[in-house]
Amino acid sequence: MTTATAVHSPLVVKDLKVYYHTRRGPVKAVDGVSFELHRGERLGLVGESGSGKSTIALALMMAHKEPARIEGGSIVLNGSNVLDDNSEQVRLRRLSEIAMVPQGALNSLNPVMRIRDQVIDGLKDHNVSMSDGEFANRVAELLDSVGLHRDVASRFPHELSGGMKQRVSIAIAISMNPSVIVADEPTSALDVVVQKQVVQTLRDVQERIGAAAIMIGHDMGLMAQFASRIGIMYGGKIVEIGPVSNIFKNPKHPYTRLLISSLPDTRSKRRLEGIPGLPPSLLRPPPGCIFHTRCPDAMDICSQEIPPTREIDALRYAACHLYGDDDGKVVDL
Amino acid sequence: MTTAQVDRSTQEVENEPLLQADGVSKTFVSGTFRKHYTRALDTVTLSVPESPPTITAIAGESGSGKTTLARTVLGLVEPTSGAVIYRGANVANMSRAEHAEFRREVQVIFQDPFESYNPFYKVDHVLRTPIRRYNLASSKSEADDIVEEALRTVGLRPEETLGRHPHQLSGGQRQRVMVARAVMLKPKIIVADEPVSMVDASLRATILETLRAMNRDLGISILYITHDLTTAYQLAENIIVLYKGRVAESGSVDSVINDPTHPYTQLLVSSIPQPDPETQWGREQEARDEEDAEIAGCNFYDRCPLRMDECTVSDPPLYRTAPNRITRCYRYAESPVHLAPDLRSVFA
Repeated sequence: MTTATAVHSPLVVKDLKVYYHTRRGPVKAVDGVSFELHRGERLGLVGESGSGKSTIALALMMAHKEPARIEGGSIVLNGSNVLDDNSEQVRLRRLSEIAMVPQGALNSLNPVMRIRDQVIDGLKDHNVSMSDGEFANRVAELLDSVGLHRDVASRFPHELSGGMKQRVSIAIAISMNPSVIVADEPTSALDVVVQKQVVQTLRDVQERIGAAAIMIGHDMGLMAQFASRIGIMYGGKIVEIGPVSNIFKNPKHPYTRLLISSLPDTRSKRRLEGIPGLPPSLLRPPPGCIFHTRCPDAMDICSQEIPPTREIDALRYAACHLYGDDDGKVVDL
Repeated sequence: MTTAQVDRSTQEVENEPLLQADGVSKTFVSGTFRKHYTRALDTVTLSVPESPPTITAIAGESGSGKTTLARTVLGLVEPTSGAVIYRGANVANMSRAEHAEFRREVQVIFQDPFESYNPFYKVDHVLRTPIRRYNLASSKSEADDIVEEALRTVGLRPEETLGRHPHQLSGGQRQRVMVARAVMLKPKIIVADEPVSMVDASLRATILETLRAMNRDLGISILYITHDLTTAYQLAENIIVLYKGRVAESGSVDSVINDPTHPYTQLLVSSIPQPDPETQWGREQEARDEEDAEIAGCNFYDRCPLRMDECTVSDPPLYRTAPNRITRCYRYAESPVHLAPDLRSVFA
């Protein structure tokens, strides 16, 4: 897994910067984010509002719109940089190489088209040619794979519940066996029972087609259930990334630690502690570490120098001045 | 303010509940030519005593009727049958003075703090309006004192909060301003309708702690309306689980969540995404996908993994499975039927 040079990792994001250009200056929504997505893995990108997580999702799909612009870095999908593609190449790579499961709260399906036609539309758009019977079979197969009855093919979106619509979105996302699935808050606005079903469905199909998946969200509980590795975002940066069990058991970055200790569970009642202070302005981010204004462990250096990212233990990286050369070497992710 | 409030709540009070929803049902009618009836709430009886101050969670998914129950209790929705009684008077036909008292003593906090604000006004406006409306202060400086004290009570610094526009505050701060506004009126009850569902995780904890402190220190009872069993567990003493407008299960929050009896509660609890990678979701499934079917019996029959033939015959009553537990499921038919309509009698 670490020797990614032999076989391409399906997605390698390096030093990605996405800024929103406003009259008051650039808002640095994503400011130097790097991560690699390994074949077949499930990565969770978790962050609160304004952390830049949804902007990353848009940028990966090249679906960001003005005033957002990619200012630097690279998004290497299956070995070639998406940022070098023209718009037709981008269009063709969507769905076939990288596909998106949209937010649960959004109605991303066309309200006046039958489900069957929406699935087939995507395939035809990518020059898939099959007989009508073959298309019908493919639709039935896809609906099967997300646990929906084949009859759903002839229905309209308004005839489906929220959970069923999200399953249709998953079926469309996997219709061309992409190597990367991006799911941006796929269960927002869904009830907890349906949420579990949708996330389990996503996980099942991702394993079946062998795709890698990125789930973006704010719910640490969902991340714990879905992801094999998680990246914690704060103020447009990944402050810590690593295997999900290490992150929960032994968080290294103070923000991760506070975030995890603020989570309520149903095991024991305790005093709930939030994180004091406010998220940083991304228009004028604080100097040094982006978290130092709220960090209980802040030192003098934290307001002066941006902490480098260090490999703290196997596959775990954190950017925090609490750690020095003895704790892990500085890496260029 | 604090001491006065505590004294009031510890006073000797008679057994009459402060607020009672007495067998309330609400049917919504839609459609112009062919009427479509939706029974959002079906004979729910619930009371809030004057003392001791309690925190009760009302939990359920969308369509469970939890928001309808909250709005009915607040007098914002008139029940189709049953009544909401406050201090012995029916909220639907109170005198003007009684209604003013009700409106002051029963406060609400809604889900989206942004929607409660006018973006053009500073947050001060939200706090000063009720002072004027209820004549809480006789001078400008007294009004300032009330506002500042209320902000401090919810853990906000007045100098960092006043004079700002809503968009200059975080979601958590806006929501705490709404709690401050409610607290200023010295309410007896706060109905909190999903107060943290739009708020980031790191701020959620602070708001829940604020609500808990309001209950503990100011003697305010809280009805916590939520879809989230985890926060319900952390905050509340007792819980009412609603399903399609009916009480599915109720009791002390520890026992209901740690040992759910109703198959619906079991499904809800097993669907909680625990923030712990070691505790993975199980694979248990419900009987069918989310399709509605009208049958005579239990309203959960179509989704129930444990359904039996008798469940289609008639709606099960509430069975008292333990001193502080009731559940609407025939699997507990050997337990005595819970006859007292008021759920309060279940709560310890």
